[in-house]
Amino acid sequence: MPPIKISATEKTEKGTFKKSMAKLIRYCKHEWLWFALSILLGAVAVVFQIIGPNKIQDITTKISVAIKFGLPMDIDGITQIALFLVGIYAASVLLSYMQNFITATVTQRVSKNLRLDISKKTNRLPLNYFDTHLHGDVLSRVTNDVDTIGQSLNESVGTLFSSILLFVGVLIMMFVTEWIMALTVIATTILGFGFSVVFMAKSQKYFNQNQKHLAEVNAHIEETYSGHNVVQLFNAKQQTGKEFDSINKKLFNSGWKSQFISGVMQPLMGFVGNFGYVAVCIVGAVLASKRGIEYIGVISAFMIYVRLFSNPLAQIAQCLTRLQSASAASKRVFEYLEAEELPDESDKTLVLGNVKGDVDFQNVVFGYNPNKIIIKDFSASIKAGQKVAIVGPTGAGKTTLVNLLMRFYEVNSGDIKIDGVSVKDIKRENVHALFGMVLQDTWLFEGTIKENLKYNNPAVTDQQVVDACKKVGIDHFIQTLSHGYDTVIDDACNLSAGQKQLLTIARTMIADNPMMILDEATSSVDTRTEVLLQQAMDKVMEGRTSFIIAHRLSTIKNADLILVLKDGDIVEKGNHQELLEKGGFYADLYNSQFEE
Amino acid sequence: MFKLLRNLKWIDYLFFCVMVGFIVLQVWVDLKLPDYMKAITNELFNETGTINMGVILANGGYMLACAVGSLGCAVVVHFFTANISSRLSFNLRGKIYNKIQNFSLTEINKFSTASLITRTTNDITQVQMFLSMGLACIIKAPIMAVWAILKILNTSWQWSTATAVAVGTMFLIIFFVVVLALPKFKKIQTLTDNLNRVTRENLTGIRVVRASNAEDFQNEKFEASNNAITKNNLFASRVMGIMGPGINLIMQGMSLAIYWIGAYIVKTSEGVSDMMVFMSYSVQVVMAFMLLIMIFILMPRALVSARRINQVLSTTDSIVSGSFMAESFDGKASVEFKGVSFKYPDADEYVLKDISFVANEGETVAFIGSTGSGKSTLINLIPRLYDATEGEVLIDGVNVKEYNLEALNRKIGYVPQRGVLFSGTVRGNVNFGDNNADEDTIKSAISVAQASNFVSRMTDGLDSAISQGGTNVSGGQKQRLSIARAVARKPEIFIFDDSFSALDYKTDRKLRTALQKHTASVTKFIVAQRIGTIKDADKIIVLDNGNMVGMGTHDQLLKTCGVYQEIALSQLSKEEL
Repeated sequence: MPPIKISATEKTEKGTFKKSMAKLIRYCKHEWLWFALSILLGAVAVVFQIIGPNKIQDITTKISVAIKFGLPMDIDGITQIALFLVGIYAASVLLSYMQNFITATVTQRVSKNLRLDISKKTNRLPLNYFDTHLHGDVLSRVTNDVDTIGQSLNESVGTLFSSILLFVGVLIMMFVTEWIMALTVIATTILGFGFSVVFMAKSQKYFNQNQKHLAEVNAHIEETYSGHNVVQLFNAKQQTGKEFDSINKKLFNSGWKSQFISGVMQPLMGFVGNFGYVAVCIVGAVLASKRGIEYIGVISAFMIYVRLFSNPLAQIAQCLTRLQSASAASKRVFEYLEAEELPDESDKTLVLGNVKGDVDFQNVVFGYNPNKIIIKDFSASIKAGQKVAIVGPTGAGKTTLVNLLMRFYEVNSGDIKIDGVSVKDIKRENVHALFGMVLQDTWLFEGTIKENLKYNNPAVTDQQVVDACKKVGIDHFIQTLSHGYDTVIDDACNLSAGQKQLLTIARTMIADNPMMILDEATSSVDTRTEVLLQQAMDKVMEGRTSFIIAHRLSTIKNADLILVLKDGDIVEKGNHQELLEKGGFYADLYNSQFEE
Repeated sequence: MFKLLRNLKWIDYLFFCVMVGFIVLQVWVDLKLPDYMKAITNELFNETGTINMGVILANGGYMLACAVGSLGCAVVVHFFTANISSRLSFNLRGKIYNKIQNFSLTEINKFSTASLITRTTNDITQVQMFLSMGLACIIKAPIMAVWAILKILNTSWQWSTATAVAVGTMFLIIFFVVVLALPKFKKIQTLTDNLNRVTRENLTGIRVVRASNAEDFQNEKFEASNNAITKNNLFASRVMGIMGPGINLIMQGMSLAIYWIGAYIVKTSEGVSDMMVFMSYSVQVVMAFMLLIMIFILMPRALVSARRINQVLSTTDSIVSGSFMAESFDGKASVEFKGVSFKYPDADEYVLKDISFVANEGETVAFIGSTGSGKSTLINLIPRLYDATEGEVLIDGVNVKEYNLEALNRKIGYVPQRGVLFSGTVRGNVNFGDNNADEDTIKSAISVAQASNFVSRMTDGLDSAISQGGTNVSGGQKQRLSIARAVARKPEIFIFDDSFSALDYKTDRKLRTALQKHTASVTKFIVAQRIGTIKDADKIIVLDNGNMVGMGTHDQLLKTCGVYQEIALSQLSKEEL
């Protein structure tokens, strides 16, 4: 197998941030109308939010003027303004909710499509991709990464645009109302933010440290818990305990610091607000003493502007951090979606239906990595109905041959022909349909036994299922289960490895492919179960060209042809008896299980 | 949760008291602020029409001082919460780690390793997060709410009513959202698991899926669970979308109500500034309640984590060390099983039934039988990974339960079924635990384990790095290093739990020959699948469903034991026997 690539810890630099975001935006292209509508709704809501303080200011001015000059309260005027405000507030709630509703709908739809595309992509990727990437890696792209994208978009798209609009809107309104006060607010806010930015930059290292230490602690825990027996029996508890204490201590030190810093951010923002507030009051008072009583209204409006102005800035900063994680996640998702696919084969029209089962390997050369050839010039001619066993030490290329036969991988040079037709000339699906496979890993999915056996073959009747199970000798066992053939196979279901393997053999029998591949089908069961499996498999192989790969040599003694593979070459071929008499590599391998 | 808080030290309580003091101070300062604001507005709105800048500046100064004070208090409070919650998680993590280190297999299996890992890492982080966010809030919010209410209580019942209505509406909105969305959030977890399962299924079975041309079949399954999760998510996030605008509306509505009412009840300029001060207090009241509600929403998750941690901490160890120190260490030991039966706690069926045999010094005893016959369980009783339910296991005539565990472990060289390595170096892995082997011992152990070849080919030889879980060496190499680790210990008893299956026949044979040569006096227990591995053992014990159905040498058993014949026949042909 080719080596697994473990992706290096990703860091989002500025370039990749832009690139990944651009990809994400392009992906959401056909949702642009909804995004535009959502932004528009947000914009209108912002306008209302800005009008609010102005109108409130009118009420306070009316009240204070009335009291100051002993005039009767202008109740009608105030009621009118208040009713107007009620309308505005109601409209603004409605609009923001509509905006949220649309954003939620669109982001969920985008997430759903991303997941679906990933799943579909899985079917179009060459097998090489999955042999070289960890399953967990693909899994976390489907769930974690897509979730991150969905959540970040949901929380930031609407807010980001509204915040920017609000920021600009308040800025304009402030200058329209009174420029000196506007400058006061801007100056205090910039001062406060400048301070926080410096503070955050200084503290970033604690966050990084904390992440690192957390990962170290987790790695240590995972390792010692998984090797618990060994740690205990080698009296290594003190040793591992000491290691743990030292990283736990490190985590504590960086942990409380980073927590402290992130906790202080909010009060700091609050202080910036209060600071601006005081500044507004003082500057306002100075101006009011010069300009008279009407100026009071301006002050009360600015008291609100100060809050409105510092909020969006904090929100924009928050959105950017969110989008940063969205970009990291979308980088991983698009990496997967853009991985090179299997070549398109829709132009191949040749179809191999009922084959006899002659298989020819002609000068096959192959390596997972072009620099490291695993199969060197492999040729063999197999006649229809023959049982062919492939043996050899680990790493000799046995499973690789199967990969090539099934076209899971493509040969570097040479050819494989079935009934004289090159497998390259027919579609992959066609090749797959020619072979039934039983593998070492007994793969069953969560579903009833019947569903598992009929797998992807709705035309199969229940009777056929029962017949197949009778043939492999598992019918009786299935009948004893509480729901018989409708028993659901899941984690809680206690099927032994042998029973599972019998089910996969029955599945293969039902699929009724013209040829068979058995790749280490009995390696994971004990030798007594193996006998049962062997009998079942013999039934499946009857009259079919079959390829058997086995670790235990006892299982292949009755093969028509044994190919002994070593370092990618056939070193010997013949049947069991011939090879033993020859006294070569096979005999050596075979006898080593008994010699002492 | 409260049980966990017992893990706090006196210093934490001291910190806690100081923290409460600072929180009260902060609330006082926060609520003092509007008073100066009132003074400023009073001055601005006074009837004389002139503004005394001195008053404004003085009060502005006080206000700023309050703001600085509030910030200062907040910083101090956060310092303490960060410290207390981090220290709690530090202590808990250490405690649970040590606890689990002393667990026997019984306890480990009760929880499963994966679950124990989550409990030590994620669950503790959850509790810490909750405390760091909630600890200050849970103290501050009620103080704030009560104090702020007291401050405005006597101002005007109309305004108070407006505030109460606002708080009530907020309760309603949040209640509504929680009732609607919470069940969906709970369901999302199951649906995510489902989606994961289908995806994993497709990945692990990719060869079968491709070979069966079942890509579309799998895709349909994926789409079904994708649609289910999307539908659920969509509903939840649409409901959650009400929160933001709703709370905004409450705040705005309340200010408007206060001004509107003000138009009717304010009669003096004093009243105008009263109104403004009331505004800022009422905002504090609403905020305080919102904080409280948020804590109650966040709490359940932390509580679940706390319960999971407590479950581990309150588990009693089933295996307790004895006091026998076994000073005589002569490199030899005999082992006897006397009527040993075993069943897992809470299980009805026995895994082992009435097993008796003696392994004399230097003998090799092998166990064979089909999967589930109890072979591994049996040898796990010797190092007390489990304790026998009935009967006793004796080493040199002394029950293993009476041994001091460390002394017992020093006698044993154990090789698990799968090679287990730890991050570090080859040397560190071979010279593991309380073993203080010298260079020669390490080298000879590696050579006995047939690992010299590949170790010398590694870049730094003995000091080559092993990555976490030993992922940078192959399965067979891992297994050989695990064997070297046991050999380097120079034990009196070897236990090989099916340790040879990962090796090819040739290496298997070479390794056993070397073992026999270098460690002849050591008593060996071997669990195996292959007849070839155990053919020449002094005693072969055949297990079937927990019963001992045969004991003797290869030749004896071939004649007398039906189960053994069956196993042998399945592996070897008639002539070879």
